[in-house]
Amino acid sequence: MSSKNLAYNSLWQRLVRSHAFYAWLLIAPAALFLFTIVGWPLIETVRLSFTNAGLGGEEYIGFYNYEKLFSNRKYPGIVGRTFYWMFLSVSLKMILGLIGALLLNVKLRGRAAFRVLVMPPWIVPMAIGCIGWLWVYNGHFGILAGVLMHLGILDGPFEFLAYRNSAFYSAVITDVWVGTPMVTVFFLAAMQGVSQDLYEAAYVDGASRWYRFRRITIPQIMPVILTMALLSAIWTFNSFEIIWILTEGGPRGATTTMIIDTYKMAIANYKFGYGATRALMVVMLLAIFSLLYLVLLNKVNERFKVK
Amino acid sequence: MERFTFVQKIFLYLGIAVFLTFMLLPFFEMFMASLRPLQHLFRSPYQFWSDDMSFQAYSDIWETVPLLGRYIFNSVFLASVTTFLCMMFVIPAAYSFARFKFKGKTISLGLFLGVNMFAGAVLLIPLYKLLRSMGLLNTYAAMFVPGAAFLVPTGIWLLKAYLEKIPIELEESAWIDGASRMYILRRVVLPLAVPGLIVVGVASFIGAYAQQFLFAITFNQKREYMPLPAGIFEFVGYQSVIWNQLMAASIVGIIPVLIIFLFLQKYLVKGLTKGAVKG
Repeated sequence: MSSKNLAYNSLWQRLVRSHAFYAWLLIAPAALFLFTIVGWPLIETVRLSFTNAGLGGEEYIGFYNYEKLFSNRKYPGIVGRTFYWMFLSVSLKMILGLIGALLLNVKLRGRAAFRVLVMPPWIVPMAIGCIGWLWVYNGHFGILAGVLMHLGILDGPFEFLAYRNSAFYSAVITDVWVGTPMVTVFFLAAMQGVSQDLYEAAYVDGASRWYRFRRITIPQIMPVILTMALLSAIWTFNSFEIIWILTEGGPRGATTTMIIDTYKMAIANYKFGYGATRALMVVMLLAIFSLLYLVLLNKVNERFKVK
Repeated sequence: MERFTFVQKIFLYLGIAVFLTFMLLPFFEMFMASLRPLQHLFRSPYQFWSDDMSFQAYSDIWETVPLLGRYIFNSVFLASVTTFLCMMFVIPAAYSFARFKFKGKTISLGLFLGVNMFAGAVLLIPLYKLLRSMGLLNTYAAMFVPGAAFLVPTGIWLLKAYLEKIPIELEESAWIDGASRMYILRRVVLPLAVPGLIVVGVASFIGAYAQQFLFAITFNQKREYMPLPAGIFEFVGYQSVIWNQLMAASIVGIIPVLIIFLFLQKYLVKGLTKGAVKG
């Protein structure tokens, strides 16, 4: 809040000071709304995690659910898979988003149209995009297997969603497909916000394109990259619909991430209590991850602070 | 500055072509599948083109699933209501965070952004109980009330960044002229914030429209309230899937929103550039 005039400044400050109440008043509706829809269910989830709630009622059972979860041999694999899923998918989204934004930022004929054509995967309901991918991945009749067979890379039909590895990576590709357009648009907007003078000054000094990209574009849009990476990581960690529609977590658990596992336990098996324990694990791991990310971010920011 | 040479331009176009192919591949595949007669869909080896393609499925879909039009309407309607509700909460909160200094500001902002960490899928069971106790199950509200809640944090984040860029002097002079606080917010700030409001509105609408599946299949059993992503699975029967009609219905279903978006997209990029994106 910069104000050139001292008199104005003190006036504004008095105004602000007397208006803390007003500030909270403006926030109150949103805060109450979120407390009801997110806060209370979270508290309820914590309570449920200490019960054996199911269709038949509930009883307090202490830490039994937690003990059961931590001694579950399969669970560490699911946690590991979820983080692998997140890192792989988010890295690809960031890289593709950056490349896409660079390509769409170049002054070429047709640029306006290209910018529009990138966006459909973001706008269209995820469930519908996934229906398209279901057919793409179809081993007998889908375009992917069809083209690969024509090229001689595949010598017969191949069901992409039927084998452990191919199903996992197919789901990653679809998730990247859904997430990339938003990242691209935000990066593109950030790139357009970079002052043209910087580039011209560097150009006059004889800096190459690559140098300008590394030393001007990247540092200038870094705040947006870092924010998008965190948001993307959280959304990818929690990504449900894509995996559910493509594979329902199969084949043989190959695409079961923590969120799918939680859903299956709570909704499909009606184990509300045990499901709540798993839901809390998702929340806690994400919270720890986000905090670590923000702490690291602060350290990095301090180190690179100019002057 | 230097221009791109002819060869460089060709590579740039090639890069764009590859990128767009990836982005549009499933839509192309949906379209091709929608043109094929059902028996022909299951013909191996894969045929790119054949003579018996037709638009027959596009007229059949309305008979197979009579409520399809309703589902398409529901989707747009739900997304609009969700956006409106979301904005009602976002605007005052974002303004407050952008303009006022007060104790607990950082913490409360952090708490809001922390809500991003909760996916609907994690809280389904308590949410179900909550909606049931409020008597909202199997209504439109069962979908747009939780839908809006999960969009509020990102909305506040985007709009706050935009509002911070608006010079404060105007509000100060309005204050000196004796304008009330509500008047300042409504008549001074909001008109200046229109580009930012469009960005947040469009982003919320997309969020609300694109993620209609989970709440719809969990909190609503009534067919007449189903949004498209849930209703479309009616083409998936117990025995078999009418794939060509499923694809045709998907394409028909998303066209209204794609057309709306065509008009709004330039404001989105423009508004984001003007300052709504900052870390």
